[in-house]
Amino acid sequence: MKKYLSFFRLRFSMGLQYRTAALAGMVTQFFWGFMEIMMFSAFYRADADAFPMSFSATASYIWLQQAFLALFAAWVMEDEIFDAIISGNIVYELCRPVRIYRMWYARSIANRLSRALLRCAPILIVAALLPEPYGIAAPADVRHFLLFLVTLFLGLAVTVSFCMLVYVLTFFTVSPQGLRMLFVSAVEFLAGGVIPLPFLPPAVLRVVELLPFASMQNVPLRIYSGSMSDAQMLRAIVLQVFWLAAVTELGSLLCARAERKITLQGG
Amino acid sequence: MITVEHLCKSYRIAKRNAGFSEALRAFFHREYEVIEALSDVSFTIADGEMVGYIGPNGAGKSSTIKILSGILTPDDGTVLIDGRVPWLDRIRHVKEIGVVFGQRSQLWWDVPVIDSFELLKDIYSIPQETYRQKSEELTELLDLSELLRTPARQLSLGQRMRCEIAASLLHDPNILFLDEPTIGLDAVSKLAVRDFILKQNREHGTTVILTTHDMQDIEALTSRIILIGKGRILMDGTLEDIRRAAGSAACGAADGRIDELIAQLYRSYEI
Repeated sequence: MKKYLSFFRLRFSMGLQYRTAALAGMVTQFFWGFMEIMMFSAFYRADADAFPMSFSATASYIWLQQAFLALFAAWVMEDEIFDAIISGNIVYELCRPVRIYRMWYARSIANRLSRALLRCAPILIVAALLPEPYGIAAPADVRHFLLFLVTLFLGLAVTVSFCMLVYVLTFFTVSPQGLRMLFVSAVEFLAGGVIPLPFLPPAVLRVVELLPFASMQNVPLRIYSGSMSDAQMLRAIVLQVFWLAAVTELGSLLCARAERKITLQGG
Repeated sequence: MITVEHLCKSYRIAKRNAGFSEALRAFFHREYEVIEALSDVSFTIADGEMVGYIGPNGAGKSSTIKILSGILTPDDGTVLIDGRVPWLDRIRHVKEIGVVFGQRSQLWWDVPVIDSFELLKDIYSIPQETYRQKSEELTELLDLSELLRTPARQLSLGQRMRCEIAASLLHDPNILFLDEPTIGLDAVSKLAVRDFILKQNREHGTTVILTTHDMQDIEALTSRIILIGKGRILMDGTLEDIRRAAGSAACGAADGRIDELIAQLYRSYEI
């Protein structure tokens, strides 16, 4: 366990090194957040009752999403891992007494956490200072806040497990481009990255809510503002745990298979 | 003790001629050629030996090293290294070996070298005190004190290679695989690396298997040479044996320069 923690530590401290990237990311996320809020405010002004979430809950959803973007954004993948697989530099990783899957898992979690940590505070503070209902509201209550934290981590883990699938499948496809594009677009839309999932038509929502993508950012961001009932929350958490176990198991099985079958090219 | 018996490994390579119509044809019907990277390779290496593994590009040297280090699974044959089958027991096996691939880097690119070392310490679960002693020893022998706090990406090739070698020895392995460790190095760095390898072998009794195209490496370091070509072992002997074989192949015309000798030898084996 200690070796994987150590990977985590090194990747984490490396992530903290990129200050300019953090600043640029923060500016982008502010801008994006403002644009989305303005767009939704126009919609709500037309007919506030036509929407499944209150405007204030939607604003909180958007600001949390921007603050924790790095935890859930599908495109935050590690090019170094793809490079290692494609160029064959993975020989060195295979020469270590570590499980490749766990090592990359630790790395990916660290990368996302370090990015999010550098960026979230200023966004959250500014969003909290914005006037009602445009800013981020206080959480519904203490219980919802705690559940928000729990599901935030579960959602992060599901997201990383999914990215791991893409890494591992690259062993078999040689080029990651196709898989990456497919995965990123699917996740952005089906996880509620573009619009919150409750905004989808009810029939579509019933299916989408069962998919693994709905176990990512969708759950914590909606729990925070109290827009899920107790039964819904319970179901969402059970689904998160289920998908986390299923996707992780699939990924590590595929990884073990790849390790046995890979051909290392060149030099 | 390393025992390799009847090792075979083949690769399947898709081939086609140039041109658009050929590309189109290959889209529907792909032709593969099977390349025998290793066919029936056998040898034994005793503890503490220093062996040069030579042969032209594509002879199967790197494939052998990768199989011996547990990264690649062969098609057929057996390998036993201190009682372990490398590819079946990868994690336990790699704890006991050190590997340097001259053409690749194991150091984390964006962080100081010392961070990579600390990570390796945890990966190999090296006790703090052992780590301190070993890293001090390596720092002194390879003259790393100035380099450890520099990010790996800002090191020159020679400096980086010294760090790479140190990184592979932190966990004090009994067996060291060196795949072209001197490639691209200047004369000073080459000499430093050779010197160090020699010391490591003499003082710690580390078994060293070295692949290289630099025949001076071979002259300076190894007493035993295994020559491989087209996936087969062609010769297993001392430098003298090589000289003699090459000399007779060239009908006594060889002038004693080792590179010439080896080229003669490759030609005589048609590899």
